[in-house]
Amino acid sequence: MIQLNANHFIYLLQAATWTLLLSLIAFAGGSIVGLAVALLRVSRVRALRALSSGYIQLIQGTPLLIILFLSYFGLGILGYKLVPIVAAGLSLTFYAAAFLGEIWRGCIEAVPKTQWEASDCLGLNRFQQYAYVVLPQAVKLAIPPTVGFMVQIVKNTSLASVIGFVELARAGQIINNSTFEPFVIFTVVAAIYFALCYPLSLAARALERKAHAGR
Amino acid sequence: MPAAEAPRKAPREPIVQVRNVVKEFGPLRVLDGVGFDVAPGQVAAIVGRSGSGKSTLLRCIAGLETVQGGSISVCGHDVGRPGSAARAQLRRDVGMVFQSYNLFPHLTVERNITLALTLVKKQSRDQANAKAAEVLSLVGLTDKRTAYPEQLSGGQQQRVAIARSLALQPQVMLFDEVTSALDPELTAEVLAVMEDLARRGMTMITVTHEMGFARRVADLVVFMHEGKVWEIGPTAELFASPKTAEFSQFVASEL
Amino acid sequence: MSYQFDFSFLADRWPDFVAGAWLTVQLTVVSIALGLAVGTVCALIRVYGARWMKAPVGVYVELIRNTPLLVQIFIVYFGLSSLGLKLSAEVSAVIALVVNMGAYTTEIMRAGIQSIQRTQLEAADCLGLTRLQTIVHVVLLPAMERVYPALSSQFVLLMLASSITSQISAEELTATANLVQSDTYRSFEVYIVVALVYLALSFLYRFGFWLIGLVLFARKRKLGTAL
Ligand SMILES: Nc1ncnc2c1ncn2[C@@H]1O[C@H](COP(=O)(O)OP(=O)(O)OP(=O)(O)O)[C@@H](O)[C@H]1O
Ligand SMILES: [Mg+2]
Repeated sequence: MIQLNANHFIYLLQAATWTLLLSLIAFAGGSIVGLAVALLRVSRVRALRALSSGYIQLIQGTPLLIILFLSYFGLGILGYKLVPIVAAGLSLTFYAAAFLGEIWRGCIEAVPKTQWEASDCLGLNRFQQYAYVVLPQAVKLAIPPTVGFMVQIVKNTSLASVIGFVELARAGQIINNSTFEPFVIFTVVAAIYFALCYPLSLAARALERKAHAGR
Repeated sequence: MPAAEAPRKAPREPIVQVRNVVKEFGPLRVLDGVGFDVAPGQVAAIVGRSGSGKSTLLRCIAGLETVQGGSISVCGHDVGRPGSAARAQLRRDVGMVFQSYNLFPHLTVERNITLALTLVKKQSRDQANAKAAEVLSLVGLTDKRTAYPEQLSGGQQQRVAIARSLALQPQVMLFDEVTSALDPELTAEVLAVMEDLARRGMTMITVTHEMGFARRVADLVVFMHEGKVWEIGPTAELFASPKTAEFSQFVASEL
Repeated sequence: MSYQFDFSFLADRWPDFVAGAWLTVQLTVVSIALGLAVGTVCALIRVYGARWMKAPVGVYVELIRNTPLLVQIFIVYFGLSSLGLKLSAEVSAVIALVVNMGAYTTEIMRAGIQSIQRTQLEAADCLGLTRLQTIVHVVLLPAMERVYPALSSQFVLLMLASSITSQISAEELTATANLVQSDTYRSFEVYIVVALVYLALSFLYRFGFWLIGLVLFARKRKLGTAL
């Protein structure tokens, strides 16, 4: 049995940078796919709306853990080497996209109908309406809940540990396997997660308050 | 407690005694030595300008506020000290009707009325429902028994609120500007119910801006000004010969 | 692509999946019920409680909401046992899920309770209702009706999140899947099956909560309007 020491702590902090990196990948990927999901969800074509809604239902009805297993083993079947970060990045992207898509759809729909009508009268086409009138207003509404969802992303990256991606939670398990000090280790791990998430939570709340005051 | 029963048997004794009441919100003194009596069966109208402390006074009598000084006794119960055993008894003897009705939105009209009957008076559902039917007919809303508050007009909601208080058979009813949120026609139907109650001998204290109603129904008028009882007396006398400039100005402005 | 899908393991192993799903249902129904109770009490404290009670509840909510469930489960199962409190995987799972659920429910119920106006409490007070009667009949029911959509979404999320308890080998649905896939090597197919079972469960739960809502909120059932 090895004594817990400062190196273990440094190891955890290094793993935390992987947690951050994976969070960024998930957020970036989730934003791109999520925007598509949101736009399809408010599309004028019924089939596209149904497709997007089906996607959201599917992802929101399946545990992230299972999605991770599916991408991990699915990629293997497709003949790709089992690279945990790719599988984790993909899973979290699809996962985040469903939730962000649903959040953003709400924000787009919250832009008053009269804004569409007004821009229609000005002769803007559908793309211009989105780009210059609706989305800029929707973005304002979307920022607080989006920041709030980032907390969920950071926490959910911990599940990438199950397919062997060494991020913070997995690093904690590894250290525990040699030191057998689970209470201390996982409390430290939790504290690091807290340090990452709490500022985001505070920011989300502050933005929310500001948005309410502005209206 | 026989002491609590005594005032009811001696009609000359006041049923509500307010003595030198002081009420402060932080540095703000809202009631400054207020006192008056109401005898059983009397109708008292509290009038005065906005902010003069009328609602606060009524809330003190209802036991919703703690007072900083003086004493209030209603039906022999010592009010103003929340948490005391007298308070539970007070609740049975005093009914309060609010400007904003305050019906429970998730309950039917009938359940709004029977809730306290079953929970507080421990009546059976059947007993309580029979009582509800009785008080609903009193306020003319028998057909609204199964409706929810949001399905009623403001006037109807206020009549249900009155019925809800009446069901508990209080000795004294308190009304705080119960018609000021209502249109004129709806005001009339609520005032009619209150007049009917007064005729039946209910002791009532009502804060009101309806001077016509006060003149017609009230036995006693209390004019509040700057947290004090500025003028008080039998209705006809007071309106016929105001003693203070403030009251005559007030009467003039309310016409 | 020449991959041959093979679901033949289902012929032998379907009872395992049923048993796993059943444990997931038991685990989550208990956790939801207890979590709702914890969250409701904490929410009442946050709104009506004394200052010294509010602070610890606030800390609890923030700590739980800003750390991953996986780590919470590890602390309960591995951490507590290293401190001498030996708990079974299932009990640890329920504790972790209840603690987690309680924090989220606190925030949801708090919003509901805060939407009940003070005048409602005064009206109940004037009718002679005790504080407890007021809370049950005048505050909690309408508060819950107002936040019921958010509440039931959170319940479904918890059901899905319960899959994480497989990591301490509580033998629920995901743990069953892990077992079957290591026996059969049909990993992809196994997780497809399990994904479908979870999907079915989440629809079932949604439907169940909708039914419970109908029973609980008579006004809403009759009028169909939001409170
Ligand atoms: N809870 C409170 N906290 C602080 N100040 C209060 C509170 N309630 C009332 N006040 C103040 O007490 C004073 C008297 O208020 P009150 O509501 O009794 O007046 P009122 O005579 O009923 O007026 P209105 O005719 O407008 O209803 C006001 O200045 C008001 O701002
Ligand atoms: Mg007032």
